[in-house]
Amino acid sequence: MKQEIRICGFGGQGVVLAGHVLGKAAAAYDGLTAILTQSYGPEARGGAARTEVVISDRSIGYPRIVSADVLVAMSQEAFHKFREDIREHGIVIVDPDLVIDHQVERKTYRVPATRIAEELGNKITANVVMVGALTSITEVVTRDAMMQSVLETVPARFKDLNRRALEAGFRAGEEARSVEATLALTGE
Amino acid sequence: MDTNLVRQVLGQKVQFIHGDMACVYGALLAGCNFFAGYPITPATEVAEGMSELLPKLGGRYIQMEDEIASMGAIIGASWTGAKAMTSTSGPGFSLMQENIGYAVMSEAPCVIVNVQRSGPSTGQPTLPAQGDMMQARWGTHGDHEIIMLYPYSVQEALEMTITAFNLAEKYRTPVLLFIDAELGHMQEKVVIPEDDEFEVCYRQTVTVSKEEYQAFRPGNNAHPDRLVPEFAPFGSGYRTYVTGLTHNEAGLPRTNSPEIHDRMIRRLCEKILANRADMTFFKESYADDCDIALVAYGITARACEDAVAEARERGIKVGMLRLITIWPFPEDLIQQWARKVRLMVVPEMNLGQMIHPIREAVAGQCRVVPLNKIGGEVHTPGEILEGMVRAIEREREREPAAA
Amino acid sequence: MIKDAETLRNKYLRDAMFPTIFCDGCGIGNVLQYTLWAIDNLGLDMDRTVFVSGIGCSSRLPGYIKADGLHTTHGRALAFATGVKVANPDLTVIVFTGDGDCAGIGGNHFIHAIRRNIDITVIAVNNFTYGMTGGQVAPTTPIGSITTTTPYGSAEPPFDMSEMAKVIGAPYVARWPVTYPYQPIKSIEAGVQKRGFAFVELFAPCPTAYGRRNKLRNIEQAWQWYRDHVILLDDYERIQRFGSAEEKRSLVGKLKIGVFQDVEKRSFTDALEEQIASLRVDKPEPERQAA
Repeated sequence: MKQEIRICGFGGQGVVLAGHVLGKAAAAYDGLTAILTQSYGPEARGGAARTEVVISDRSIGYPRIVSADVLVAMSQEAFHKFREDIREHGIVIVDPDLVIDHQVERKTYRVPATRIAEELGNKITANVVMVGALTSITEVVTRDAMMQSVLETVPARFKDLNRRALEAGFRAGEEARSVEATLALTGE
Repeated sequence: MDTNLVRQVLGQKVQFIHGDMACVYGALLAGCNFFAGYPITPATEVAEGMSELLPKLGGRYIQMEDEIASMGAIIGASWTGAKAMTSTSGPGFSLMQENIGYAVMSEAPCVIVNVQRSGPSTGQPTLPAQGDMMQARWGTHGDHEIIMLYPYSVQEALEMTITAFNLAEKYRTPVLLFIDAELGHMQEKVVIPEDDEFEVCYRQTVTVSKEEYQAFRPGNNAHPDRLVPEFAPFGSGYRTYVTGLTHNEAGLPRTNSPEIHDRMIRRLCEKILANRADMTFFKESYADDCDIALVAYGITARACEDAVAEARERGIKVGMLRLITIWPFPEDLIQQWARKVRLMVVPEMNLGQMIHPIREAVAGQCRVVPLNKIGGEVHTPGEILEGMVRAIEREREREPAAA
Repeated sequence: MIKDAETLRNKYLRDAMFPTIFCDGCGIGNVLQYTLWAIDNLGLDMDRTVFVSGIGCSSRLPGYIKADGLHTTHGRALAFATGVKVANPDLTVIVFTGDGDCAGIGGNHFIHAIRRNIDITVIAVNNFTYGMTGGQVAPTTPIGSITTTTPYGSAEPPFDMSEMAKVIGAPYVARWPVTYPYQPIKSIEAGVQKRGFAFVELFAPCPTAYGRRNKLRNIEQAWQWYRDHVILLDDYERIQRFGSAEEKRSLVGKLKIGVFQDVEKRSFTDALEEQIASLRVDKPEPERQAA
């Protein structure tokens, strides 16, 4: 098993943190191997941000992803930039409110992470909602591992908020999965 | 420093951190209690990590006005007995060179982390390259030996930083710890070791009376053959005079004596060269079942591991030698490999640096082919495999009769 | 109490280092004597005092003193000294530097050491030239001076190190020519006692490298030059305020001497130690709460 996951959006959305909790869930709590790489530089503030996580049940040599198995896009710009670079059997997870045009010939899951986060009271947790959805859609890591990873990463006073965000994300992922399955059946 | 306290400050035993932070963890576990540095991409996170964690352990962090000052400050701290470190990248490493020579000359233990980025000059600040390999060896002026370690994973960065401190202490010399910009910012699992999983060394403290003490006399009464002098920190009453000038065993300048200079410099080199066995780290795979070798170091070696796996599947008998100790250069090791393979492929993220000492050691026993890549991207496994296959084909064309 | 040179020498200096490298008429020997005198007056523990220097004639001074000494690289004495003091704040750190070492190659370290207000004492020997390399123009060389690299006279205006130290905010700054024996001793004492950055600049003649090209080869001429060219800070300010036009004209080319600054200011070393004490995890619980 080797999964190459690219999470992208714009600066300030906590894209790298999303990658970090994902990699940590896999490496520290699920007994898998994970590597996170990131783009870095003046573009780290605002503009496009991205992080890439490779997860495997074996050791990982080359640290970069070659082509994405999973693309998580949280901005239109990022989606356009990376939609060409997805494996044939790869999938796409988008926040449909931010990535309005998300036409791509890949299985696509729509997770309104920012809206869900806002409903929970703080849109800063959209990234955590998104990794929750990613977890239940891909099952690349277990929910327990992801929960531990998130709670070990965020400051104590934000633990509760993030727990709720992650649980909402798990549910949103399930919903997106069933919607996608229905769409597939109806041939859309 | 109490390693239990260090572990308490570091937090969970298993973490997902980047290579820069792994250097911080390693340093603290090794007992580092002084850090001076200057911000520079992609090494800044080492300084940031130190500034956060050192004070909690009672250590001292200071941001200096430049890298020259950082290097000076860690040597000053080292002479008070501190375990001292700085971190930087290419441009800062260039600025440190003169004072690195001072640390060699004055036998001040210290560790310099260089998170290698692309150059020359400002180059590509955020991107990896391996262009400082020869600067590490010969960057400061004059005859000298230097120890340089080059880990390739986050876990190994932690472990090798501990080793770097241990070697610095044992041999009273600056030790360079290189990681690639790629590793510096790459996150990976790290397991914080328990006390029985690593060693922490300290410089040999003084065993003689103040009257008998000579700061730069190698060995001591119990071990007169040792090449490293005993250490009395500033403030201990031993009243040591330290100079970058050629000095005698008492530490006093003797700049016009050819004999004293010759004796001193040869000892400084010999204390490292005579202990190669203690400081030569490497990893081999398929060492006894190969006729082609990949010789690599740092992040490049990770792509090589994938390439080797793929090549073996295709029936190419390739083995791999990964150098962790870069300097002193492990000539014997290269010679052993040269005797058993017909081709050595050397991928480097530069236009050919380590290939020179490799060729010198191989001395024509097998062909040595460079596989260079610059521009700020790590070789992909595919590129390495392709380059290797090309080298094999060229090798066949060259020796049709023998084949 | 008068201290004779021999007593000081036997008590504080390394026999094995004699004779010194200093030329006849050089003022660095005076600087050493005044320093030892001040140290003796203060009763400094020489087991706990570290002398740090850079490169140049004056930077050779730590070698002569029986104490821990760190003779470092050119211009970097303050960087090394910062490492010593921060790593072990219990040590007394005294830096010997020259004008080239301090204001030239080491200028950046100089301003930042003052900015931090690290608790060290800097004794800067100003002889207006790079003496050890044979007398080249320095950042302190008076305009018009002949040196080996300004054979037609220096066209560069010089730095005033003490004024600089003062404006950057060093809590203690004083300047004297070595021709005044008493004041330098008192200033070195005050500097060492100051918790924070203390800067004592001493004008010292260099007959060999600077003097002989500027009609100051003879030691009497050199000492007379200082008498003619220095003016006490108080006198300078009085004339600036109340003097006649003629008196004001006489100030041109004069070098101010005296105590430029003497204020109390929290030292970097103290601030850092306090911060560390409040952050340490191994601190006993009640104490941590108190902090």
